[in-house]
Parts: sequence; C-alpha cells; structure tokens
Amino acid sequence: MADEKEYYFDKPKNMSFVLRILYTICGLLAAADIFVHRHTIHSWEDIFDFYAIYGFVACVSLVLIATQLRKVLMRDEDYYDNE
Amino acid sequence: MITSSFPPFVLFFVAAMLLPFLRGYLRHALLLAVPIVGGLGLIGLDAGSPWQIFLFGYELEPYRVDKLSLLFGYLFHLAALISIIYSLHVRDTMQHVAALFYAGSALGVVFAGDLITLFIFWELMAISSTFLIWARRTDKAMASGFRYLIIQMSSGMLLLAGAALLIYQTGDARFEYIGLHGLGFDNLASWLIFLAFGIKCAFPLFHNWLTDAYPEATPTGTVFLCAFTTKAAIYCMARGYPGTEILVYIGMVMTCFPIFYAVIENDLRRVLGYSMINQLGFMICGIGIGTALSINGAVAHAFTDVIFKGLLFMSMGAVLQMTGRMNGSELGGLYKTMPKTTVLCIIGAASISAFPLFSGFVSKSMVMSAALAEGYHGVWLVLLFASAGVFHHAGIKIPYFAFFAHDSGLRVSDPPNNMLIAMTIAALLCVFIGTNPQLLYGLLPNTVEYTAYDMTHVLAQIQLLFFSALAFVWLQKQGLYPPELHSINIDVEWLYRKLFPCTWNYIKRIYCSLAMSINEITGKILYGFGLSVAHIYGEQGIIKKTLQTNYAVFMVMLFLLGYLLFYLSNLN
Repeated sequence: MADEKEYYFDKPKNMSFVLRILYTICGLLAAADIFVHRHTIHSWEDIFDFYAIYGFVACVSLVLIATQLRKVLMRDEDYYDNE
Repeated sequence: MITSSFPPFVLFFVAAMLLPFLRGYLRHALLLAVPIVGGLGLIGLDAGSPWQIFLFGYELEPYRVDKLSLLFGYLFHLAALISIIYSLHVRDTMQHVAALFYAGSALGVVFAGDLITLFIFWELMAISSTFLIWARRTDKAMASGFRYLIIQMSSGMLLLAGAALLIYQTGDARFEYIGLHGLGFDNLASWLIFLAFGIKCAFPLFHNWLTDAYPEATPTGTVFLCAFTTKAAIYCMARGYPGTEILVYIGMVMTCFPIFYAVIENDLRRVLGYSMINQLGFMICGIGIGTALSINGAVAHAFTDVIFKGLLFMSMGAVLQMTGRMNGSELGGLYKTMPKTTVLCIIGAASISAFPLFSGFVSKSMVMSAALAEGYHGVWLVLLFASAGVFHHAGIKIPYFAFFAHDSGLRVSDPPNNMLIAMTIAALLCVFIGTNPQLLYGLLPNTVEYTAYDMTHVLAQIQLLFFSALAFVWLQKQGLYPPELHSINIDVEWLYRKLFPCTWNYIKRIYCSLAMSINEITGKILYGFGLSVAHIYGEQGIIKKTLQTNYAVFMVMLFLLGYLLFYLSNLN
C-alpha cells in the first residue's frame, strides 16, 4: 500500500532520541539509590541498586530461557488441525 | 431504590429476554440502561440478605450483601457497562443476549449466599459464556468452545458433588468460609469445591481452557469473557478459602510459568491470556497469605485487573476488528494510523505493569508488601521476577509488536467511536484509581491502613520497570529477542488435543488389526472345519460313501437281530 507520509519513528534520530531518554532515566534511577533512604524488610533490598539489577537480570533470563523453551514447545500453526 | 430489592441478575436476565424483540436505538438504550440502573441500585445497600427462600428444609440466600460481594457487584456492573459500550456496534443478537445472561450469572455468583444458588449461577455462567466463543462462527472457535464448555461443566460437576457432600455433612447450605483441613474422606467436600473454584481460577494444569478459548472468541466477546469468569472464581476463593497456605505456592507458580509462554507466543490475544493467568496468580497468592492486607490486595487487584486487562483486550480487539489479524508476526507500525488506540493500549500496558500513577501499582503492591511482611521471602522474589516479566510481555511486547516494531504496511483507521469511548472510560479509570487509590481502598472488605505511594515502593517499582525496559532494548539490539514466528506452542492441552486422541486412535488401530487377525484365523479354522465336515459328510465323504440306504437298513436289521437274540437268551 503506497504511503508517502513519514511518521515519527520512521526517522532514526527520533528513535535514538527516545532511547537516550530511557538511558538517562535509568542512569538517574541507578544514582537515586545513593540519596534515597529505603525502609527495607529483606536484606537483599539493601544491596545497591537491587531492584534495578534484579529487573534487568530477570528480564534477560526470562527471554533467554523462553527462547530455549521454543525448541521444545514450538510447533507448526496447523499442528492441531488433524484433531 | 426499587432495583436494590431484587438481586442484580434479575435485571440482566429480563433485559436478555426482551432484547431479541428490540432494534436500533431502543436496543442500545436497554443495553446501556441495564448496568447503569443495576449499578446505581447497589449504592448505599446495607449488609444482609434481603431475600431468603426455604427449599427442602435448607435456607437459601440468592442475594447476600456484604462488603466483599458489594465490591464485586460494583466491579461487574462497571465491567458490563464498558463491555456493552464496546460491543454496541455489533449486529448479532445472540452475542448481546449471551453477554447479558453471562454478566447476570456472574452477578448471581457473587451475590449467592448459599451453595445451591452458587452452583446454579456457576453453570449458567459456563453455558452463556460459551456462546460468546461460538459467536465467532469459525471451525476453530466451535471446537475451542466445546473444549471450554466441557472443562467449565466439569468444574460445575465438582462444585455440585462438593456442595451436596458438604450440605449432607453439615446440614447447612450457606456459602461461608470452607477451608482445607487435611486429607481424608471427611474433607473430600472441601477439596472438591476447592478444585471446582481452582479450575475457573486457571490453576496450573487446569489453565489451558483460558488460553485456548479466549483468543478464539469474537473481538467483543473476549472483553466480556476476561471480566467475569475468573474474577467470580477469585471472589469464591476469597470467601471460601482465605489463608489456605497451599494457595500461596499455587499463586506463585501461576505468576511465573505463563510469562515464559507469553514471551514466545505469536497470537497477541493469547499473550494476554497468559498474562491474565499471571495476574490471577498475584490474587491467589494474596488470598493464600490470608492477612487483612493481602486479602484486600487480592480483591483490589481483581478490581483493577478487570479494567486494565479489559482495556488491553479491547485494544487488541480493535486491532483484530480493523485488520483481521492478531499475530504479532503480521502486525506492526499501526501507531501511524491508529494513534488513539495506541495511546489507550499504552495506558493499559502501564497499568498492568504497575507503573506508579496507574491502577495496577496501587493493588499489586499490597500483595507484594504482604508477602514480604509475612516472611514469604522466596515467594516475594518470584513475584518480583513475575512483575518484571509482566512488564516485559504485556507492558512492552503487546504495544510494541502491534503498534510499533517493523512496519507491516497495514494502514487501518482507529475503530468505531463506541469502541474508542469504552477504551477511554477504562483508561481514565486506570489513571483515576492509580492517582486516587483511597477511593478503592474504602470499598475493600478489611479496614487496613496502607499507603502505596511512599518513596521506598515508588522508587523500587520504577527501578524494576525501567531496567526491565532497558533489558528489552539491549536484547533487541543484540538480536537476542525471539522473533515473532508463525507457530503455536504446546501446553497442557497437548494431553487432550494430541496425546489422548492419538493414543485412542492407536488403540483403535491395534484393536482393528487384532480383530482382523482373529477374523482371519477364525475364518481359517472354520474353513478347515468345513473341509473336514465336507470330507466326512460331503458328496464324496465317508458317511455319504458308507451310509447308503440299503447298507443302513442292513445294519439296522443286524442290530435288531442282535437285540432279539439277547432278549431270547435272557428269557431262560
């Protein structure tokens, strides 16, 4: 379908602008642990940037494990068609 | 109000019966009036049971009002209103009638004060909801609807058996705290009811009806489906089994395993199905912990989940309606021509991900705090993992693959106005509840002081979510993120869709070949026997040869002569 109009994310510089905002926010949040005093219950919460590290590691492991699971679980779309 | 003296389901059932006779604006007016009038009728209701019926010596309460049932009453009216607005453009009487019966039955469940009434509405809910799946009128939807119905009816049968046994043992039909008190026959009733509720709560191994059927329903039907069945089951679990420790671990598993499936699933409504099990896991966990805070968290999360999950299903329904496609591999770039749907979907995604200022944050954080406070540290770590995971698959994957990612070239407009209005109401509610949680907290069954917005909670959650987003970007840039592929993933349903039918076919084949062999052998034996008989009695047989008439007469005469001689010799 012909569509001449250029949209926001068609320009790579807009995409990198959004990503730069994300990196800046992440940097600020990582630094926030220096200044903010938390009311913690679990000892792990006292680890510097615990939630940031946990979030990053959790997501990477989730995706890497799920990708491996595909080898076992994935089938063709018509797999159940001959029920 | 006059409606407050009738159980809320009455209004829905009467409207469902009138609806086929109305057309155009009258039909729309009736559809909209039902949840509005019914919902207003609940405001200011006092706790109690306005209706009591005696049947076979048991006291039935088809309309029991207390804080817990009232909260779900409000929620279901709200969900019905949003879903009805969303489906107003649909010109299919069957869908509208089924939807009204379904919403009414769900209200019947949450206001049922006794197990007999509960069972009746439990089954009505199963039957009426099935029509929303069949309404898609495809072969896949028909087959999926039958599987869904069988599993839902099995839950009903377990509930009936458990309720009958419990009433027989206790002599009381009221639906109150049941609990699990060990194994053995004395506790069989409570286990049966627990399992019945568990099936509809999508417990692990019993969850596949949800991810099988919901994505096969009509775009509007799924919005109704995601609101009622599972939340009615959560209500029942919260009433019957609060503080049952096994639920903590069942809930923990429910939060965790679906997110792996969600990451590799291609059908975006099925991704939401898995995401729904994940959210139900948080509620089940909260019910299992059993403190005032965790129960409040569980039901508050049910409340917010109906709205944000409804919003996500509505946005995906809009995509399906406008493009006719639902696979992530076929979508992308829709933000260009569906900007309103994109923004509304992102609000739903922010809410389910529990971003501060959105509804999921004010409810989910209660369950997390309760888990930590009660010493379930391992469970808390898993819930934290699941929180990051839900942001990954529902918060990022859904909007990203539908509206951004690679440009699919599809240039469709935003959906009809009624769909946009419904989504806007849900989105506003997500932000409103997220920014004014005290209003929701005031409706919760237990009185507990809880502040969601303190620096510890907010910073922790934002760090978790932003670094999850960073992980997504990193994985994409490294090419490690699994691409959306034309495929399906096998789940527990493989047992009853592949293994059992294949095993049955195998047994049939073995039986058939065995039967053929037996037939062949028997045939050979009979043929051999036939040949032997022919050899003796046939044209050239021994008997034929020897037993000619004259010879036979001669033999008989000989025999008679012998007999005569014997007789004469004995006379002397």
